Amino acid sequence: MGSSMQIAYYPGCTIKASAHQHEGAALAVLRTLGVELREMAEWNCCGVVHSLTSDNLIRHMAPVRVFARLREQGENEVATLCDMCFNTLARANLHARQQPEQIAAISVTSGDELSYDGGAGVLHLLQVLRDRVGLAAIRAHVRRPLRGLRVYPYYGCKLLRPAEVGIDDPETPAVLRDLMQALGATVVEGSLQTQCCGAYHVVDHAEIVAGRVAATADQASAGGAEAIVLSCPLCHYNFDTLQATSGAPLPVFYYTQLMGIAFGLEPDQLGLEEQQIALLPLLQRHNLVHVKGEQA
Amino acid sequence: MTERAPLISMQLMGKDYSVPSGLTIMAAIEYAGYKLVRGAGCRGGFCGACPTLYRRADSHRIFTALACQTLVEDGMCLVQMPFVPLITKPYELQTITPRPNTLLQHFPEIAGCVACNTCTRACPQGLQVMDYVQAALRGDTKRAAMLSFDCISCGICSSRCPADIKHYAVGLLARRIYGKFVTPAAPDLSARVAELEAGHYHGALDELVGMSPAELRVRYEQRSFEAVADGGEAHSATKRYNSPVDPVDFQDEIER
Repeated sequence: MGSSMQIAYYPGCTIKASAHQHEGAALAVLRTLGVELREMAEWNCCGVVHSLTSDNLIRHMAPVRVFARLREQGENEVATLCDMCFNTLARANLHARQQPEQIAAISVTSGDELSYDGGAGVLHLLQVLRDRVGLAAIRAHVRRPLRGLRVYPYYGCKLLRPAEVGIDDPETPAVLRDLMQALGATVVEGSLQTQCCGAYHVVDHAEIVAGRVAATADQASAGGAEAIVLSCPLCHYNFDTLQATSGAPLPVFYYTQLMGIAFGLEPDQLGLEEQQIALLPLLQRHNLVHVKGEQA
Repeated sequence: MTERAPLISMQLMGKDYSVPSGLTIMAAIEYAGYKLVRGAGCRGGFCGACPTLYRRADSHRIFTALACQTLVEDGMCLVQMPFVPLITKPYELQTITPRPNTLLQHFPEIAGCVACNTCTRACPQGLQVMDYVQAALRGDTKRAAMLSFDCISCGICSSRCPADIKHYAVGLLARRIYGKFVTPAAPDLSARVAELEAGHYHGALDELVGMSPAELRVRYEQRSFEAVADGGEAHSATKRYNSPVDPVDFQDEIER
């Protein structure tokens, strides 16, 4: 019987190594059916070991090393300001707890110089402020309440997602709202507070970022906000450099800068002039800072 | 008759040899009859020309060393690397304005560092190579310069890096930037250069040139060291540099 159908055939390693009876049977059956499998002249492993593992362990090496060094320094907990670092570390830490065998693999790859059991902790600074310091203590330090300043807290992704490592409710977060209210500010909220800003698309698809930033800033403005307050340096970069809204761009503050203003710290400690969108005019309008040389 | 060192077995460049124990890799290569025209230099551990890749009989790992600084071992299997290729974007130090991202702009591949630390484990100088690359990545030029200070540019780090980082070139630019823009100018140096340019030492040089070797030797043996400004011990630039102390501590010495 001649073959009526020919199909290229990729056997894969397992078929050749430990399931050749399966291959023999299949080829026989198909021959009967008039189907010819024509083995590729040259082929390689499909990469299953890499594609089916959720690990890609090499990317965990850096965060695991951070924790190992933390332990070497005699510490058991580390705080970070950066949302991206927090997220990376927290997820690697979770990984270390849930899949210690993968950490063991990393350790072997490192020449046994890395050892870590997932037992250390990582805190975002907002957690430190909310859970360790407490809003009451923060309120007690306010010397110059941000009265009348209307701010739109923007959370983005890395503080909240995935929920296993998020520091707040991923749908309705409150930490920045509560902090801003503790400083005396008026909070404007909206549905885009937890939308991704576009993150690293700023590198190759800036228009994605620009669209998201504009939509969020427009929502904030429509709600009466005069400024955006956020935590993540990447979000900050995107909002500060790509904010092409229909109206005037909203100044973008880190929450720490507004805490500094409310605590009555010297403005020159707060990096207020390191933004593209000027912060000082808004603060001056609300009488929250006085430029040197001007009368109070 | 002197006692002969016991022979050990090893594989050099793919062939089996018996060589006396106690030789350096470089001496063993020459004992076996090779003439090194590349991959050898100062023979003192300073020039970085003789990187070796080797395995041990009892390990699956690849090890690295300088051939002139490492003794042969029984069961060693090694190959000499003539050099490690290095191509970098040219830069003109006079026109660089140092910024936190200057090193990253010149060597964008450092952003690919996954902190595997392979470079550090490979470094025959025992430098914290990954740490200086990480310092460069975050714009800490001073730390990158300090941690890479003892680099001899052998390139073994770069030959082993999964991210193809050119560590030694990164460290070199960090030290150049640090030296040009951060290190305070040394007033003694510019004073001495001015003296030289004014011909201050021409007479002394002429006198030395006119001496016989014997007279020169006497003069050399009688030489005195310049006193240091505070009257303390004569300065030795290298005395403490190969100590286990964090090299960053030496900023005090430099800035003094």
